[in-house]
Amino acid sequence: MNDHITRIGAIFAKELVQMRRDRLTFGMMLMLPVLQLILFGFAINMDPKHLPTAVHVEEQTPIVRTLLTALRTSEYYDFVLETDDPRESDRLLASGEVAFVVSIPAGFTERLIRGERPKILIEADASDPAASTNAVAQAQIILERALRHDLTGPLQNLAAQPGPFELIVHRRYNPEGVTQYNIVPGLLGVILTMTLVMITSMAMTREAERGTMENLLAMPAKPIEVMFGKITPYVLVGAVQTGVVLLAARFIFGVPFAGALWILLLGVLIFVLANLALGFTFSTMAKSQMQAMQLTFFFFLPSLLLSGFMFPFRGMPGWAQGIGEVLPLTHFLRVVRGVMLKDASFADLQFDFLAMTLFAGAAVSVAMLRYRSTLD
Amino acid sequence: MSEFAIDVRGLVKRFGDKTAVDGVDIQMPRGAVWGFLGPNGSGKTTTIRMICGLLRASEGAGTCLGYDIATEASQIKNETGYMTQKFSFWEDLTIRENLEFVARLYQMRPLARVVDETLESLGLTHRQNQIAGALSGGWKQRMALAAVSMHNPNLLLLDEPTAGVDPQARRDFWDEIHRLSTDGMTVLVSTHYMDEAERCDRIVYLANGKIVTEGRVEKIIERSALVTFRAEGDGVRALSETMKRQPGVEHVAYFGSALHVSGTERDRLEQAIAGAGRNGVVWHEVRPSLEDAFIALMAEAGADQRVHA
Ligand SMILES: Nc1ncnc2c1ncn2[C@@H]1O[C@H](COP(=O)(O)OP(=O)(O)O)[C@@H](O)[C@H]1O
Ligand SMILES: [Mg+2]
Repeated sequence: MNDHITRIGAIFAKELVQMRRDRLTFGMMLMLPVLQLILFGFAINMDPKHLPTAVHVEEQTPIVRTLLTALRTSEYYDFVLETDDPRESDRLLASGEVAFVVSIPAGFTERLIRGERPKILIEADASDPAASTNAVAQAQIILERALRHDLTGPLQNLAAQPGPFELIVHRRYNPEGVTQYNIVPGLLGVILTMTLVMITSMAMTREAERGTMENLLAMPAKPIEVMFGKITPYVLVGAVQTGVVLLAARFIFGVPFAGALWILLLGVLIFVLANLALGFTFSTMAKSQMQAMQLTFFFFLPSLLLSGFMFPFRGMPGWAQGIGEVLPLTHFLRVVRGVMLKDASFADLQFDFLAMTLFAGAAVSVAMLRYRSTLD
Repeated sequence: MSEFAIDVRGLVKRFGDKTAVDGVDIQMPRGAVWGFLGPNGSGKTTTIRMICGLLRASEGAGTCLGYDIATEASQIKNETGYMTQKFSFWEDLTIRENLEFVARLYQMRPLARVVDETLESLGLTHRQNQIAGALSGGWKQRMALAAVSMHNPNLLLLDEPTAGVDPQARRDFWDEIHRLSTDGMTVLVSTHYMDEAERCDRIVYLANGKIVTEGRVEKIIERSALVTFRAEGDGVRALSETMKRQPGVEHVAYFGSALHVSGTERDRLEQAIAGAGRNGVVWHEVRPSLEDAFIALMAEAGADQRVHA
């Protein structure tokens, strides 16, 4: 046992020095979380404005004009089309040319004046929920404020009533409406998957490419020792990345942290090990660093798409959910979101912990089966 | 304890259709310094790799330091030092870091002192913090030798350790090999240099994956039954082409400005030389050098057998 630890320690120390010396990669590993947070996190939090909007109005009255002007001057909505044909506005929404369709039906003004709470419909393209969330949330306020301002004289008492009209929002294409609270914690899993699998996938291919593999094999280090020696430094990298994302989530994006930190950290540890073991497995398969990179992306893409990070998991077809269930990121996302947003207990998440552990175990076994201690 | 450091019989190694090593027997006693020679692609590296357990033999069996090469590779690794043909230490680590890594893997203690002593004994102390990748060929090889010998292995396998190294560095390197040998290490070293071969107790000469000849230097020369004449003088240049075509002349090679003309049949060789005339050339018989013997061997075996040059 002692021998194992000494030899793992030897490889660990060597990797640490090599990691430190490879400034570019090292910098990338630490900068990537920051960069991704900026790209994903801020893009989401940033309150996008000037979203293209189609207006489908079936009557032209001063009050309708007032409402539309209010929407436009709020700067959230840029009108690209005004039509009385719903099919046309619908086509634009479907093709993605507009993010919203605002519909005001015929007879709106009359019913408003009679106090019948007529409906205004906003259809949002929620396939990009981050883009539409704020604009939709603001719509009610903007419209009510405009009415209050504009309803004078005999209509003033109407404005005083709460909700002179009813705003109906249809989120199309994404009924779940993922929010930024969902995305920033999820980003932790994405960052860990991407950097850790990629870095370790090169662990052995680099030795093979540089010819140092023969030397390593000629010395008394066992495959399992090489593996743990090589991946342990990156557990530290994963820890630093986790710290960066959690701090940013808390202090920059104001994501609440409802649950127990230890459950989250345990989840991070298992998830990190699963990714590192997988990367190591890739590195025993790849013949070059280029191939290792390709394998990483081959894995990264479905992780991104089918784990529930990009698209709501329950919105996916059955086969996609099946694939998703195998991926560690899927379970990690449930753990992170569960702990941070819903105060989930360990018992709530035990299935996800089990799934990640099984994945890690399988990856280690495959790596050990594939690792050759000869040059054949 | 087996009396032989290396005792292998009938080693064969096939890569696909290609037979790289074709029935090699080696019985090398402990404490010896042996030279491993042969043209490129003759199977030296492959043989060495099989001996230290890095490649599985397709056929044949044997022991290295008394351990079975097929099943006891990890014990072999503990007690041998193998210096690869291509520099295979970590070029992004310093000399010291490379040695520390090796010392840790072999669990040598106290670490700092072992490393200091190794650096000292190989004259690497003042360079210990240089990045290995930035070293010249000679220093790289010195570092590699330090690294593979620091755990006091019983057997050193050195694969063309002095290729591309300047003569002074080669001499220093060989002094080191002899020092390690006096310390009790058995050394098998592959090389293309004749002067190095002559420093070995015995030579094993490989061609096409088979051992063509083996033995002490003088014996190999004697066994080649070669007769060599040396021509010196102004007319030598004009002579070499014509001599090559003469019957009885098996090969012709320059040694500096002199020409060595060799053959196995004395009568026909002397006739050829007589026929060549003596204008501006002085002939005299010399003892064939090891190089003459090997050129003859290589010519027989079909020179360079590399598949990928
Ligand atoms: N891993 C390998 N795969 C296929 N062929 C190989 C491999 N290693 C060596 N060879 C071939 O085996 C032959 C012997 O090579 P090698 O042992 O390197 O010779 P040497 O060291 O004497 O130059 C060469 O033809 C070489 O191309
Ligand atoms: Mg070779």
